Amino acid sequence: MKLLTAVVRPHAVEEIRAALQALGVLGMTVTQAHGYGRQRGHTEVYRGAEYTVDFVPKARVEVLLDDDMVDRAVDAVLVACRTGRIGDGKVWVSSVDAVVRVRTGERGSDAL
Amino acid sequence: MVDTGDTAWLLGSAALVMFMTPGLALFYGGMVRAKSVLNVMMLTFVCLAVVGVVWLLYGYSLAFGNDVMGGLIGNLRQAGLHGLADTTVGPEGHRVPLFAFAAFQLMFAVITVALLVGAVAERARFWPWLVFVVAWVTLVYVPLAHWVFAFDGFAGAGTVGGWIANRLHALDFAGGTVVEINSGAAALALAGVIGRREGWPRQPMRPHNLPFVMFGAGLLWFGWFGFNAGSALGASNLAATSFLNTTTAAATAVVGWLLVEQFRDGTPTTLGAASGAVAGLVGITPGCGYVEPLGAAVIGLAAGVVCSLAVGLKYRMGVDDSLDVLAVHGMGGLVGMLLIGLFATTGANAAGANGLLYGGGLDQLWRQAVAAAVALAYSLVVTLAVAWLVDRTLGLRASREAESEGIDEAEHAESAYELAIQPSRRTSIAGATTRTIEGSER
Repeated sequence: MKLLTAVVRPHAVEEIRAALQALGVLGMTVTQAHGYGRQRGHTEVYRGAEYTVDFVPKARVEVLLDDDMVDRAVDAVLVACRTGRIGDGKVWVSSVDAVVRVRTGERGSDAL
Repeated sequence: MVDTGDTAWLLGSAALVMFMTPGLALFYGGMVRAKSVLNVMMLTFVCLAVVGVVWLLYGYSLAFGNDVMGGLIGNLRQAGLHGLADTTVGPEGHRVPLFAFAAFQLMFAVITVALLVGAVAERARFWPWLVFVVAWVTLVYVPLAHWVFAFDGFAGAGTVGGWIANRLHALDFAGGTVVEINSGAAALALAGVIGRREGWPRQPMRPHNLPFVMFGAGLLWFGWFGFNAGSALGASNLAATSFLNTTTAAATAVVGWLLVEQFRDGTPTTLGAASGAVAGLVGITPGCGYVEPLGAAVIGLAAGVVCSLAVGLKYRMGVDDSLDVLAVHGMGGLVGMLLIGLFATTGANAAGANGLLYGGGLDQLWRQAVAAAVALAYSLVVTLAVAWLVDRTLGLRASREAESEGIDEAEHAESAYELAIQPSRRTSIAGATTRTIEGSER
């Protein structure tokens, strides 16, 4: 099993959800995140005083997947969140050793 | 015999002005960081409580009682406002209950000292602040109110009022000196005594809730109709003139502030619009009953431009006047007081004067300048002394730890927002003798 993590623009979340649902992915977790990459921060002005905001608001999407779903899921996420401009974010996939559904105790793929 | 229409408008106005203080709490609360919003709103709100008591006990009497010497201070005959329920004040034909007038003036005292919260935001201890409020209202606000607002003969035939209103004949309809220049100068002194916030000005201290700020500014704009048009002390042409002038100046000031932002920073901001509205309302406060609407438009525009540029002063001076009381209220009041010397016209108010542009020469301008300078100097010096004394004896400044962890937690054991999921910990119920110590459940 794999964990797909995507840190993306907040407004891309809804499109990612729709795209993954169309693939048959049954759940995901979204958290508000702050960070920066190559885009760095941005500048805000309050009563003439400039503040550099280093950490930009992002959404962090996490999805547990069976191995055979990973490539299609990554492609779907890319299509959903790519604008081509700096700040689109990153997607990465990592291995997961075990998954348990709390309610039933099911393990592995059954728990997804 | 009271005039019922005049009395109704005055009572309504008092309620409008009262509402400015919670409005100010929102305006200020939105401008600070999330960890300090409760403290800032609390220091503001509590002025309604503390000043209400001071006013009843002796504040009203000292400010509006018959003068005891040289137009400097009133007597204590009306201390406690005892036995005055049937007493009326004002000119014949337009008399109003003394209690209506006292309530109206009380709300001015409340909002003026509440404005000073902007100078100590995010770092003032609660109880010492209350002591400061009592001392400051007594020693700074009350004398200035007497000088400017107490008119000869108003409180009764033969009564004597304050020197600025009756000897100097400076025009200040609703408190450009007493409220605005006073709070601006006092804010500078107070911010100097209490010192900068940790990290200012290096660290960003962004407003945490701009929607609060905008709504607060809207409430201030609304309440200001009571403040300015209510200062006509009756339901009259003069009240209507002041009302229209008030909203006109706020309008042009918003435009003025936003134009400065557009040219200087490249974008018009919501904080700028809210600040501009307040700057315009401040600017027209002294002149609202003495100028025509076109004059008010120019005064508002000037206030919006000058105040937005004046925000930079605190960085030059190195004083953390956190929410720009000096720039918005001090400078706005100064602009408003001086421009009366240009735009005042007896066409707007027969009891007023003609300024430079209406053929009155420089006579009124110098009277305005003297009143403004006196208010500024008196407020600055006495506030410095009061603030220094309170800080030395009781400690006005919160500890470094309290400030960095958030003054809301340290001073009030509360937080405004539950931003993260927190473990629900067993807590004591009021009156219980035991308290769960962190971690003791393990």
